[in-house]
Amino acid sequence: MRPDLQELFRMEKLPHIWCPGCGHGIIMRAIAEAIKESGIDMDKTVIVSGIGCSSRAPGYMNFDTCHTIHGRALAFATGIKLANPELNVFVITGDGDATAIGGNHFIHAARRNIDLNVILFNNNIYGMTGGQYSPLTPTGSKATTSPYGNVERNFDIPTLAIAAGASYVGRGTAYHDKLLKDLIIAGINNKGFSLIEAISMCPTSFGRRNKLGNAAKMLELQKTAAINVKAAQKLPPEKLEGKFLIGELHNKPAPEFTEEYDKLIAKLRKEAEQ
Amino acid sequence: MTVNKARLIQGNQACAEGAIAAGVTFFAGYPITPSTEIAEIMSEELPKIGGKFIQMEDEIGSMACILGASLTGKKVLTASSGPGISLKQEAIGYASMAEIPCVIVNVQRLGPSTGGPTSTAQGDIMQARWGTHGDHPIIALCPATVKECFDLTVKAVNFAEKFRTPVYVLLDEIIGHMREKVILPNKEDIEIVDRKRPSTKPGDYKPYRTDESLIPEMADYGTGYKWHVTGLHHDETGFPTTKPALVEKLMNRLMSKLDKYKEEILLWQEESTDDAEVLIVAYGSTARSALDAVEKLREAGIKVGLFRPITIWPFPEEALARLAANVKGVIVPEMNYGQLYLEVERICKDKCKTSGLFKANSEPITPDEIIAKVREVL
Ligand SMILES: Cc1ncc(C[n+]2csc(CCOP(=O)(O)OP(=O)(O)O)c2C)c(N)n1
Repeated sequence: MRPDLQELFRMEKLPHIWCPGCGHGIIMRAIAEAIKESGIDMDKTVIVSGIGCSSRAPGYMNFDTCHTIHGRALAFATGIKLANPELNVFVITGDGDATAIGGNHFIHAARRNIDLNVILFNNNIYGMTGGQYSPLTPTGSKATTSPYGNVERNFDIPTLAIAAGASYVGRGTAYHDKLLKDLIIAGINNKGFSLIEAISMCPTSFGRRNKLGNAAKMLELQKTAAINVKAAQKLPPEKLEGKFLIGELHNKPAPEFTEEYDKLIAKLRKEAEQ
Repeated sequence: MTVNKARLIQGNQACAEGAIAAGVTFFAGYPITPSTEIAEIMSEELPKIGGKFIQMEDEIGSMACILGASLTGKKVLTASSGPGISLKQEAIGYASMAEIPCVIVNVQRLGPSTGGPTSTAQGDIMQARWGTHGDHPIIALCPATVKECFDLTVKAVNFAEKFRTPVYVLLDEIIGHMREKVILPNKEDIEIVDRKRPSTKPGDYKPYRTDESLIPEMADYGTGYKWHVTGLHHDETGFPTTKPALVEKLMNRLMSKLDKYKEEILLWQEESTDDAEVLIVAYGSTARSALDAVEKLREAGIKVGLFRPITIWPFPEEALARLAANVKGVIVPEMNYGQLYLEVERICKDKCKTSGLFKANSEPITPDEIIAKVREVL
């Protein structure tokens, strides 16, 4: 590991529990790099997660960390941020954690535009429980609970977040890790709800079952299927078929919840003084 | 010393005021009858004192939200009823496991399911004890008057902070919505307890290490301690472990930490028990009917007394056992199909006859019904 990143990790807790070839480690490093580069106070930074493979990341990171319960990371994080708006609050969550069991908290945290930096590790599967389909498992793909191919449709996470009211939304991948880091930094600088979807890969429980090849092949797939939103703007629709967009997808500052609440407190104080 | 004015207020309002008096500055909730007034009052009062109120998207989120706030060092409260309390259970277990101080007011309504939203009940007694999965410590306090709603909410906050455990305040709809004249205590007469903060520097801090107190020291998030909180079994460093010896060490401490403080935690009231031949065990609004029954029966020369557990969990077992040894029978009236009765029967069955008077149809148990039951037992 880069020596300058070591202070951001609990080195004694490594190696991590993730399978060989898992994309989660690359994403965790991108988060650490973003925190380091952004220059935020690490003593005032809290990382919250739900339950899942991705949600194990905070245990390795040298901050105040909270490994909560499945789906509820955003609700815990809302309490932390509202109780002490001085804190920089990150949320690490999986596709299942955030959009299935935690879907309600996801849309409402976005609606409030509360200043949280959410990094959603999307490996298209329930990794921790051994490969059941998630709301992000592509239609037709196999999982242990979709042995004939997934019959359901998917969410598009950025579209969901934007519709719900998130003020900053981006998507990167484990392959495009520099972009991912930059997006996370932009999210940190956004005063409001920032959602960064980080496309990960799960060779063990998703790739293998769907004959996508090993981890390197899956990374290559991210490379070839992703297209930067800026480049996409210049391309005709037929060139975008089968591709997904990466980059900054939405950046629209809006009133932030905890600041608005503090304004209310200040107003009531003033009224009481008069 | 200023003497506070007498006021006519609701049990729910007394809970809200008790929480604020105890130092609660954070509330998250979701509306549900018959507890909603608590959220409404908190939404009005907390921002005035620089505190925070949030109406979450559901009760699961509300419970999770107050736990997050508690980790930053705030004293926290949520309130709900029936279905909402059911939704909170997983996060309550997390609070037991990670030892995060929090108070849950449950204004009980008639279940199961949506049941009777405006109907009184005492059907959540066993849920309060065992609602979340796995063995875990819990404290539940049960007021019978509006004044006690205030006092016990203060106590609940203090217990939560001191013992790092979730604490329930169990009202029933009658107590929550009843108005009584109260004179609330002055600020300076209210005992306030704060959680123990670390006595060590960040580098030496082991968040779940304890001395003989069995209660670990708790750092506020954002103060440089950089500690890890998890609902997984953990060792004293706070990180997950699957080693049976360490799992057992954690569980043994969690399951025994309240035992050490029983004298402080166990609260009960005895009325006319000295020479009693029949003992009524009643709590919450049912205890008010029981008290009336005791008075009327005494007037008729019948030796009957009341044992009112104020702390329901852990149950004041020894106090009841002492009394049960000297009576012919114990009667438990409660607004359910016999929940606390199970506990009373377990404690008293070798000492005297036990019987229950159960009613769960939205009507309170009347003094006359209790009187009739006493006569039947005698
Ligand atoms: C209430 C609850 N339901 C189910 C589970 C079991 N469970 C643990 S992790 C998980 C799925 C995690 O998938 P995802 O969020 O996509 O993260 P990943 O493991 O793929 O990183 C499930 C269903 C649980 N822990 N709690």
